[in-house]
Amino acid sequence: MTRLLIGVLMAGMLAGCGTTPTKEQDGAAVEDRKPGMVVDRPPVKPADATKPLVTKPMTGDPLTDPGNILSRRSIFFDYDSNLIKDEFKPIVTAHARYLQQNPSTRIRVEGNADERGSREYNIALGQRRSEAVKQMMQLLGVRPNQVEPVSFGEEKPRCTEAAESCWSQNRRGDIVYQGR
Amino acid sequence: MRRVHGLDLGVTSPEEFVGQLPDKFLGSWYRLVLAFLVPLSFALSPAARGALTIEIIGSGATQYPVAIVPFRAEAGTPQPVTPVIAADLIRSGVFRMVDAGGVSPTPHEPQEVNYATWRARGAESVVIGTVAPLPDGRFDIRFRLMDVAKQTQLAGFAYTASGSQLRLTAHKIADVIYEKLTGDKGAFSTRITYVAKRGNRYELQVADADGVAAQTILASNEPIISPAWSPDGNQLAYVSFEQRKPVVYVQSLTTGGRRAVANFWGSNSAPTWAPDGRRLAVVLTKDGGSQIYLVNADGSDLRRLTQTSAIDTEPNFSPDGALLLFTSDRGGSPQIYGMPVTGGEPQRLTFEGTYNVSPRFSPDGKSFTFIQRNGTRFNVAVQDLATRQVQVLTDGSLDESPSFAPNGRMILYATEVKGRGILSAVSSDGRVKQRLTADAGDVREPAWGPLPK
Repeated sequence: MTRLLIGVLMAGMLAGCGTTPTKEQDGAAVEDRKPGMVVDRPPVKPADATKPLVTKPMTGDPLTDPGNILSRRSIFFDYDSNLIKDEFKPIVTAHARYLQQNPSTRIRVEGNADERGSREYNIALGQRRSEAVKQMMQLLGVRPNQVEPVSFGEEKPRCTEAAESCWSQNRRGDIVYQGR
Repeated sequence: MRRVHGLDLGVTSPEEFVGQLPDKFLGSWYRLVLAFLVPLSFALSPAARGALTIEIIGSGATQYPVAIVPFRAEAGTPQPVTPVIAADLIRSGVFRMVDAGGVSPTPHEPQEVNYATWRARGAESVVIGTVAPLPDGRFDIRFRLMDVAKQTQLAGFAYTASGSQLRLTAHKIADVIYEKLTGDKGAFSTRITYVAKRGNRYELQVADADGVAAQTILASNEPIISPAWSPDGNQLAYVSFEQRKPVVYVQSLTTGGRRAVANFWGSNSAPTWAPDGRRLAVVLTKDGGSQIYLVNADGSDLRRLTQTSAIDTEPNFSPDGALLLFTSDRGGSPQIYGMPVTGGEPQRLTFEGTYNVSPRFSPDGKSFTFIQRNGTRFNVAVQDLATRQVQVLTDGSLDESPSFAPNGRMILYATEVKGRGILSAVSSDGRVKQRLTADAGDVREPAWGPLPK
């Protein structure tokens, strides 16, 4: 997404350079520019709203780009909680935007629990976590049928040592793109 | 042996395995080593692969002293029956084995029983019998249970069985002895199911109630949980994650055929059978949250039963089919509730502690077993429905998935020892405990099957 925006901005800059090169030159030469002073930005070419942006990605598939925030697929939770913490909101938001822009793309959110005790009750606890992720995505405009919340309960621990640092790895929701 | 058909999901498509079970899963692949705390041990099933140890701790309030005389000619059969009968009776905790050795002549028929000898040894009853090969390769097994004081026959039965059915015959004889002497039905000829995890592989298995003669009915590289017996013992419902999400399947043990009965949007789990075998209760999330639904065994006529924004899960029918027990956190912590199957206001049943889960009715419907958290420990408890009195029966650190034997006398559950899952059973009065320990893998999610119909 970020790269895409830069690409659009660059395209706009190039367009600006092409139409008014002298003026840009002049602007750059002004010396009494003070901090806080509003400087005209180069004109930006609006995107064509009839065509989704992602049909022309600048650097390949954002889902397979390890530098892209979309490569982050796990949201971790506190004990006995299904609240999405602030640090994970950008991840959920980024995936929500991607899904909005790709309405035919579907994901599963796999909820997991580290809690001991009943395996079935832990399926339900993991489900709450996956549904919390789905709910946030829906509030951001994702269509309900794009996100299937499911649960693995305590069946798929990422870490099996008896320590909180380990258990916290297991209280998570994993975003899994379908058909990829 | 009662054959069941199995599937292997980890190797190839399920269809290819519908039908005959792979040979490697047939036969008793456990060697049974009985390491009793009483000074007694038998080596059974010599042609086996693996080891299963049964340890018995404690004893019943009443112990019936019984002598079991090795049956005539049983030594020459593929499976001598009297060691299996003795092991069954000992496991129940309510029998004491009286030494039957060194009696001459060894009695096999009623007229050969010298009652004075058995009275002197303290036996109240004596089991005698014979095994004779038949021309068709099968065996004729006859046994009699003799009352030492009255010098009369309490029971006598004859069976015809193939070599592979000798173990089941022994369990049936143990059932007769148990019922004649205690007045309660025996459950030795029933079966259990559980999930064995070996590395990253999950195997849903069915075994005799003593954990022997296990057969894999489903193998998968994804988790399998919550197996539940149909009331006739011919089908299992379970949750498999083979589609990378929980889906409820029903599988026939006789044909190996299986079908998804609940594969809705979201998670599908916690299957349990209505006593009529026609319907199941399942937990679905298709409408948001984990809620209880009723569905026909063929997947039709889905009906939502609970209507809350809380977790409602782990349903279980009362034996008369009128009530459902389930776990809900509607009150803030997971507790056990009961509600009519026809709908209506649920009633909270557990009040001690902040974590009471996994309810299962007793066969008489008068009590239920469940898991209660005490501090950091999770233990098997029983609550009387009328008095609400709770008795905690176990003291493990992580006990799970309790289910009653169909005679109500024992409760099978999963526990953890040194990080490994094993199966245990406890008598419903808490006096007798036994451990069934397979030598390989991690065993969990047990469920005790019904009495044979």
